[in-house]
Amino acid sequence: MTRTHLFVIDNPADELARTLEGLLVVASSPLSLDELAQAAAEPLERVEAAIGLVGERLREGRSGIVLEQVAGGYALRASRGAAQACARLVERPVQRGLSAAALETLSIIAYLGPVSRPEITRIRGIVSDAIVAGLVERGLIEEAGRARDGGALQYRTAPLFERVFGLTDLSELPRLDDLGGTQEELRGRIEAVADMGAG
Amino acid sequence: MDPASASAARTFELDLAAFEGPFDLLLTLVLKEELELMDVEVAGIVTAFVERLAAGAKGGAGVPSVSELGLEACGEFLVLVASLLELKAHELFPDGDALELAELDAGRAAAELAERLESYRRIKGAALWLAERLEQESDRYFRVGPAPLAPRPSRPLAPQDPAALADAFRQLAAEPASPSLEHLPMKLPSISIFLERFRALVARSRRFVFDEEVAELSRIEQAVALLALMELGKDEEIQLGQSGHLEPIVAWRGTA
Repeated sequence: MTRTHLFVIDNPADELARTLEGLLVVASSPLSLDELAQAAAEPLERVEAAIGLVGERLREGRSGIVLEQVAGGYALRASRGAAQACARLVERPVQRGLSAAALETLSIIAYLGPVSRPEITRIRGIVSDAIVAGLVERGLIEEAGRARDGGALQYRTAPLFERVFGLTDLSELPRLDDLGGTQEELRGRIEAVADMGAG
Repeated sequence: MDPASASAARTFELDLAAFEGPFDLLLTLVLKEELELMDVEVAGIVTAFVERLAAGAKGGAGVPSVSELGLEACGEFLVLVASLLELKAHELFPDGDALELAELDAGRAAAELAERLESYRRIKGAALWLAERLEQESDRYFRVGPAPLAPRPSRPLAPQDPAALADAFRQLAAEPASPSLEHLPMKLPSISIFLERFRALVARSRRFVFDEEVAELSRIEQAVALLALMELGKDEEIQLGQSGHLEPIVAWRGTA
């Protein structure tokens, strides 16, 4: 009878990787490398190497829990394969029912923030106070102080915004100049409508 | 202009976030300042009007087409909407900003407007991108909860002088002064107690010396007892008398 012997070599990097997994499980928001290093009481370089090991273990297709780099840190999420089951188990009030007006307001804050409610109103052409309050309640935006003494309260995106939209940080947003077409395009469409009327 | 056509340009129904009802009612409410124009989406009004025209073109029952409505009625609608837009622009832009825009010539103002519209179009494009991104990320599930507990900050003690600490403890160990009860409110005895007591005394012995009866009492009780005595004297239940100034008060029943 042949017996298989398994030799488990417990190297320090593995041990640190397990510690990092534990930290990421208990954290409810993404943890930066600095935060991980501080909590694990290990040098940053070792933590950086160990998080690579964690990422290798917990990747899409290999594990039900996936390590992702999001909102300026590292966080765990369910694998995409488990999404349907997760949908049956939990609700997502933050993402649910985000209206076009709310997304428009969110865009203004993400691209131009910190920005005040009067500025948002001026850009959208309609009072957006209730929408801003709703976004604060969802945790997608947060107060960012006042521009000057007595000035209007300003808002910026909260870390949850980046997490919900799967962004490492705001620099991942597409350039505003690349969105919404150009003035030439706008003029062309107006001329096309004028031509149709003339025809 | 045919009055019916003009009316049709103003009476179509609106279903906006801030208002639901006929267009002419919206105009009335805005003019009476009962509806904030800032809350009204003017684009929604135009869309509703165009949809109405489109329904008329398809031969909708009771809905006039452009030709039936007439150019003047359509023109009236455009003037009304332009007026609403002007009013709203004045509300949206701060006074200084509006003045600045008013000083621009027509060409510059048009360019300024185009630039602002363009920046709004880009924001709308960004919103569309976010909507698509949200859809793409709809199968990402993660835990959302309260922020983790912050690490406990260490609070090292400053260098201490043992003698100063001993002094501090000595002060803490000193016998505290007896608490004063002077601040507590005085409890006045009821006058009825003394009334009953003096009535019983004169019934039993016909005569008593007030000073002897209240000698053991506190000054407050003596004062209340004196009030009771005077009350009985006033009602002629007893007679009161003194042999001289500051002499003991004597009380008795019946005539002297």
